[in-house]
Amino acid sequence: MSTTTDTAGLYGAYGGRYVPETLIPALDELGAGWREARADDSFRAELDALLTSYAGRPTPLTPSTRFAPGKRLYLKREDLLHTGAHKLNNALGQAVLARRLGKHRIVAETGAGQHGVAAATVCAKFGLECVVYMGEEDIRRQQPNVERMGLLGAEVRPVDFGTKTLKEATSEAIRDWITNVETTHYLIGSCVGPAPYPEIVRELQAVIGREAREQILAAEGRLPEAVVACVGGGSNAIGMFAGFLDDEEVRLVGVEAAGAASLGTGRQGVLHGARSSILADEDGQIADAHSISAGLDYPGVGPEHAYLRDTGRAEYIPCTDDEALAAFQRLCETEGIIPALEPSHALARAAELDAELVVVCLSGRGDKDLAEAIAHLRRER
Amino acid sequence: MSEKKLVVYLMAGAETPELAAAAVAGGADLLELGFPFSDPLAEGPIIRRASERALAAGMRTRPCLEMLARTRELLPETPLVPMTYAAILEAYGYDRFVAEARTAGATSFILVDIPAEQHPELRRVQLIAPTSTDERIRLAAERTDGWLYVVSLTGTTGARDEVSSQLGGLANRARSLAPHVPLYAGFGISTPEHAQRVAELVDGVVVGSRAVQVAETGGPDALREYVATLRDALDATTGAPIAAA
Repeated sequence: MSTTTDTAGLYGAYGGRYVPETLIPALDELGAGWREARADDSFRAELDALLTSYAGRPTPLTPSTRFAPGKRLYLKREDLLHTGAHKLNNALGQAVLARRLGKHRIVAETGAGQHGVAAATVCAKFGLECVVYMGEEDIRRQQPNVERMGLLGAEVRPVDFGTKTLKEATSEAIRDWITNVETTHYLIGSCVGPAPYPEIVRELQAVIGREAREQILAAEGRLPEAVVACVGGGSNAIGMFAGFLDDEEVRLVGVEAAGAASLGTGRQGVLHGARSSILADEDGQIADAHSISAGLDYPGVGPEHAYLRDTGRAEYIPCTDDEALAAFQRLCETEGIIPALEPSHALARAAELDAELVVVCLSGRGDKDLAEAIAHLRRER
Repeated sequence: MSEKKLVVYLMAGAETPELAAAAVAGGADLLELGFPFSDPLAEGPIIRRASERALAAGMRTRPCLEMLARTRELLPETPLVPMTYAAILEAYGYDRFVAEARTAGATSFILVDIPAEQHPELRRVQLIAPTSTDERIRLAAERTDGWLYVVSLTGTTGARDEVSSQLGGLANRARSLAPHVPLYAGFGISTPEHAQRVAELVDGVVVGSRAVQVAETGGPDALREYVATLRDALDATTGAPIAAA
């Protein structure tokens, strides 16, 4: 099964381009640059070399022995990637692409700060100017990542209006791009936004699923019954799912934060340049999302996920803050791994899934979440 | 008196009909009525904040349409053009929105984030920007409803100190590609001096953020006076209309 996009960047009824005219030529240029890069062996070779020698790929597939008794549960260790999350796969690829397009300034949005750190990292590595928009609420709860971005030479611009989270940061990053489009590449952090971004990010994250598939076959001699990943915008999930889409017997399970379940409780709408399943009211006004995890605290989701939901190929289930926190703590205590709060949602649902052999995308490590998680866990005691 | 057109943008609110009448009394030829969206990507801080306030005051789609109808009652002749975002039409239904807005008195539409190649059946004022290719300018000119909205700069809405240096080149390109389509320029234009300079290049001038600000702080009287200063500036513009409307 394939969900390859046509030139309009549609996934069924989802995707497309809903942006001001100013950006359309830039999206055309990006799409053309992307097609050329994909057809160019030197692009793939440069990116593969960076992923190996700089990012630390391939990441291991770790059998978990104590976290979910009675299951054969494997963790795809994107937490061990340089910068501590899967976001670097995408940031590296887009930075190489931006250089091919002759752009020397990068603008990005960030929620949890992981994409901001990945963007700041690749900009430092390639000598690009980097501006990261981040909501004030997220700056408060993800302070270590704010400091990391500063050390890496990026300018973090606080967004102090609206929700003060990822939604507003994304809008401001797009407004910056509109203003500086001639010099700037917008390094979007998830498989959202106007075409061709959802496709670019999916392809750059597909390395997760490709590796995981090979690794589980090597370890078990068979495919898993299910792969599980958390879904905010959905980039780690779409990267993981991409490796198993054609394996119809493998269940694809996305786990959303219960207070930000764009797929579970959303409706068709337009946000940040694409049609998808959105948390919005009946007038199309975007609703606030709520999650303990800044990376999932987003009222939209990648259009391909909406399509996979509608076709039934993937299923999407919710997880509450408390359930995610419990899984966070349990993984620390049973496996010696401190996960980020985002994949803790996936861990919580994977542990109780009606399947024996399961692969979970451990999309990032939890260092950034320690203060927030510990404060919540103490409150519960 | 010159034939240069003056377009004034107002954010939807309970007081919009009176403000609209004041703008026309001051010399506005056409009004854009902003239907607020929670995440307006093309807007700078003034209109973004006005959108937030309008939504907080309950200006959802149906109240906006009612506002449009009341404005039409006060101003039977003035072209009234709702300006909004795709999300509003996605939720309300494109056909239903267009039909009800037309019934309420809409002359045309400006849909900021729906590019010219999408929804060709929805007749509307198309936008061109400094980044638009010649091919895209031709397409927009072909499909536009009466005039082209010339986005004078790469950026969001809001007052600037100077008239955009990008406008002259864009206006010339548009003129040669679409000689018979009137060009009205907006984004970044706020003072009578700006308006006069811009009017030397195009057929009309759109003023948004500053009008919204003046209306908010000074009400209808201040808006009428402000619009009158723009009108005077346009009337002082030398030169005949460049394109036949």
